[in-house]
This record gives sequence, C-alpha cells and structure tokens, in this order.
Amino acid sequence: MTDSAVELSNIVKRFDSFTAVQRFSMSLESGSFVTLLGPSGCGKTTTLRMVAGLLDPSEGDIRIRGRRVNEVPIHQRNLGLVFQNYALFPHRNVFDNVAFGLKYRKVSKADIRQRVNNALELVQLPDLGRRMPSELSGGQQQRVALARAIVIEPDVLLLDEPLSALDANLREDMRIELKRIQTQLGITTLFVTHDQSEALAMSDKIVVMRDGVVEQIGAPREVYDKPVSEFVAGFLGAANIVDARVHELDGDNVLLQVDDLGMIPVPRARCPACAPGTAVRLVLRSEHLIVQRADEEHSHDGLYLSARIATVDYQGQAIRYFLHCGKHTLQALNMLDGPAFNEGDSVSLKVRHRDAVVLETPR
Amino acid sequence: MASIEAREKRQPWILLSPALLTIVTLLLVPLLFIVVYSFWLRTASGADQIGFHLDNWQEALSDPFYRDILLSTLRIAGITTLLCAVLGYPTAYFVARSRTRHKTLLLLLLVLPFWVSYIIRTLSWINILGVSGALNAVLLGLGIVQEPLQMLYNEASVILGLVHFLLPFIVLNVYVSLIGIDRHLESAARSLGCNQRQAFLEITLPLSMPGLAAGSLLCFVLAAGTYITPLVLGGPRDAMFANLVFDAIITQLDWPLGSALSLMLLAVLAVVVAVYNRFIGMGQLARGLS
Repeated sequence: MTDSAVELSNIVKRFDSFTAVQRFSMSLESGSFVTLLGPSGCGKTTTLRMVAGLLDPSEGDIRIRGRRVNEVPIHQRNLGLVFQNYALFPHRNVFDNVAFGLKYRKVSKADIRQRVNNALELVQLPDLGRRMPSELSGGQQQRVALARAIVIEPDVLLLDEPLSALDANLREDMRIELKRIQTQLGITTLFVTHDQSEALAMSDKIVVMRDGVVEQIGAPREVYDKPVSEFVAGFLGAANIVDARVHELDGDNVLLQVDDLGMIPVPRARCPACAPGTAVRLVLRSEHLIVQRADEEHSHDGLYLSARIATVDYQGQAIRYFLHCGKHTLQALNMLDGPAFNEGDSVSLKVRHRDAVVLETPR
Repeated sequence: MASIEAREKRQPWILLSPALLTIVTLLLVPLLFIVVYSFWLRTASGADQIGFHLDNWQEALSDPFYRDILLSTLRIAGITTLLCAVLGYPTAYFVARSRTRHKTLLLLLLVLPFWVSYIIRTLSWINILGVSGALNAVLLGLGIVQEPLQMLYNEASVILGLVHFLLPFIVLNVYVSLIGIDRHLESAARSLGCNQRQAFLEITLPLSMPGLAAGSLLCFVLAAGTYITPLVLGGPRDAMFANLVFDAIITQLDWPLGSALSLMLLAVLAVVVAVYNRFIGMGQLARGLS
C-alpha cells in the first residue's frame, strides 16, 4: 500500500450520457512503468487526463503517494506531463522551456541553471539551450518535452502517446532512450499508447483497455502469452482465433476438435476447467505457425496440416503468409532464412500447439 | 519559340497582372494625382493654377490649427484603440473558448454589424443618446433627471461611435490568434506549477499578442482616417483630421490644399505602420484578415 505511487479505485468518467471509463481500478508501484494500451476511444487518454487533473472523475478516488487528489488542481499535483505534440512553449527557448516548472518551485537561479543543464544532458541535448523549439527536429522537441517534465522531479511521469508523432526508426530509438531515462531516474511512469510493440517493449505492467473497461492487467509476457480474452489476443500481436470443442481429456493434454483442422492437443494447464463437450476458442499466434515444404520431415513437437499460400506479405527480416487451410484463413509470421514460398504453393503448416491459448468463455 | 524556362519565368507575371493592374490603376495612379494636385495652387477666381507651388504644404505644415487637430486625431484614435483592445480581448477569448456549437453563432453575431451600413450604425446613436433618445426617455421616466442630458456632440460620443464601429476588427484578429494556440500549451504550463491566471499570463497572452497588435493597428488607422463619426456624433470642436480634408475638398473645393492635408495624414499613418512592421511584421496582419 505504501509502495504504490498512484492508486486508482473504481474510477468512472461520464461525458453526458457517454461513459468513457467504467469502474477502473489499478495501482502503480513506485518506480514502475505502467502502460495503458488500447485502440482509440478505449478511455486510456481519459484515464491519464484524470490522473493529471485535466479531467474530474465522475466517481471513484485517485491517490498519489497516498494523498487523495480528486480536488487538488493540476498545478499542485507535482506531475510531469508529456504530450504527443510535445507542447513546447514556442515563444521560449529550450532552456526557458525546461526551466519553466522550476521557476514555480522557488529554486534559486544557480540551481535552476544546474538542474536544467543536467536534464538536457540526460536527454542528450546539451548546448541546445539557446535554440527556439521551432529550430529543433521532432525527436529533439520530444527530448526537450521530456526534460521539461522530469526536471521538476515529479511524483509521476504521465506520457500521452509521446512517440506517435515520430517516424518509425526514430520512434524505436526514442523508445529505448525513454526507457533508459525512466530506469535511471526510477520515476513512476504512466504511459498511454495504442502501439502494442511499444507497450510490450517498455512496460513493467500493461493495462489493456477496451470501451472504457479493463480487459486485462499483467506483465507484458503474461498479457501476450496468456490473453484472457479474444480482444487481448487479437490486439497484441497477430493471432488466429478459431472455434473449437473439447473432445476428450487425455492425461496431461486436452484434445480439441477444430472444424477442418482436426484434433489439436493442448496442455491441460492451459485449460483447467475444460470438460468434454465445452465450446471454446483456440488462439494460435501467427509466429507459432511455421510454414514448411510439403515434403519436409515432421518433428514431434508440432502438429502438421496441409495448406496453400494465399498471400505473401514480405517484411524484410520476416515474412507473413496468409494460408488457406480447410475453410480457415490462417496467418503465419516466420523469420526468413532460405527461399520464401510463393502464392499458390502447397505447403505443410506446422502448428506449435503447446503454445496455443484456450479461451474458455468465448465472446 | 520561347524556351520552357523563359515561359516559366514569365508565367508568374502573367498570373499577377490583373492584381498589379488593379493596384496601379486604382491605388498608385490616383495617389500620384493627389501628389501632383498638392503642388497646384487655388486662385481667388476659383480656378486651379497648375505648377509647382509649395504654398499648400507651407500652410498645412506651419498652421498650428492643423497641427492641433492632427494631434487630437491621433489622441482620439489612440483612446479608441485602447478601449477596443480592453473590450475586445475578453470578448475574443470568450468566443475562442466557447464550445464549437456556440462558436459559429457568436462569430455570426460579430460579423452581423457589417451587414448594416456604417453610417446607419453611427446614426443609430442619435436615437439612443439624443435629447429625445432612448436613454434620456428612460432617465426622465424614472425621474432620475428632470432635464434631458446632453450626451451627444462631444469627444466622448465620437469615441463611443468609433469603438462601436471598430470593435469587431480587434475581436476577429485576437480570436484568430487565440484559436491558433495549442490548448495543450496551457495544460503543460499548468502541470508545471502555474495556476490558471499564471498560465494565461505566461502562455496565452504573449502568444496572442500578434493578433492583438494587428487588430490594434487596423483599429488605429481606421479611427485616425474617419470623418463620418465626428461628422455625425461630434460637435463643432470635435473635428478630426479627415474632416479638414473633407471640408477643403467638398466644401471649399480647394483640391490642392485638401490633397496636401490628406498626404500629411497618410505620411503620419505610414510611420505608425512602419513602426508596427518593424516590431511585429505585416505577415500577422494578413493572417488576421484571412
């Protein structure tokens, strides 16, 4: 309890008749990096804005370091806020932008200089203090925005899709940079994104949201490997989801009957409540399906299906195939070594069924 | 046959020609006429003596009468601009921060006065402030005054009329600069420790200054050049500089003197615009008008 930097309990946010956030509860441990992940309109930004104090929750409590802050105005919450569009003050130079928060914290002139320079060094932009924001590249502006937010030593760092406006390569660099700074400072961070790879790479904990409701909270691996719903399975990574029925329990395995794909055994632990006859949904991650030549030798750790390549999506280091397999269209994401298959090729599809996820309450 | 390059070099001039033609024939040539006129001389017979005489300029520049009226014109324009800025900024702020749904209606209300002639709008004050106007009727009816108040035909009523006329120019200019400011900037400032008032003073006000300056410039130039408002709402001692030009040209048919006087006003306002341009830049004016 004392270790939680931010605690949200039963937060509800209504706009007129529309409910944006529905009974949302979670806690951010001190120093942790927590991501709110979901498609646009899922309530993640609304939640962040409530923590920031830019919106009032309709119900529920927000605590920062144990203090209830519902009625505390934003400027007394001691937060660092970084926006997607950086929101640097265009009429102030970089130094004054970063120094802005310190001016309101009764820090001496000499200390301000020291701390601003330290912050600019931390984001690897020393010597740029005299520049105006308009003279900086997007990535540099993002770093200045980050420096401005962390220089005040906030209790929580709130990041609202901070990487979305950057182009792809820079985005991946900034992601590593941001994580490095966060770890170095040990600053509690709430990060909002719709990008699953950002969430998986950076977070200690991911909160997957949908339509204002929390779908799943867990560590990245947990959320990825053990999605609790079809939505989570589909949102994180590319997944094939097919209808199945429990055929029989066979020792440590459960045999699932899937239309047109045949019998697929999955470990019993993946489906503890399965009983023969239960309808379930089976999640097969695209990287767990491996495309092989039809005449290639079969190994014992997979199940083999015959399939035909429908579409090839070449991605450089990897390749994604869409395959017709019975009445299903499955996708397989394979690392590329050796020749790729072409559209229309008949292949053998190896299913790593031990990694399959069973959703017992299909939605 | 002209090369492609030569054609491309000519093309901008061809496209610009209608605009250039308009500016030259409707602005520069008439202005040149005025300059030429100002050196002619009006004789006792009423005919203009063509030539290069400096008499009009001598009179316009040396007579303290003209100087005093020029100064009071600038003062009235200054007070009007200040009042418009003080009244217009909060109005623009309110419109800019209102919901989108209401914004259209509020903007329409701002533009609405332009649909009625400026002269009619000015005359309307006679029905409000006149001896038998609405305000006096109310005051008499309530027994607050026994005799109708004389509220018209003084400097205050001239300034009132000018503010009424010029307020929308400032409001629209400030509005445009306000809606151009990213709302996240204020949130960012608030998160860094500013209360609402400080965030306004640190962020919104300085960023909207160019709009306020552009509106003020328009307001000042239009106020300094007006003759209708002092004619309708001013007394005999409230003439502004443009009234002198009007009198010289329309009443006395003294085109040479009128030309010299109008060029004098033009020069003074050009200095104001030049100062503005030096510190703020004309680009902002174009933005505010678009």
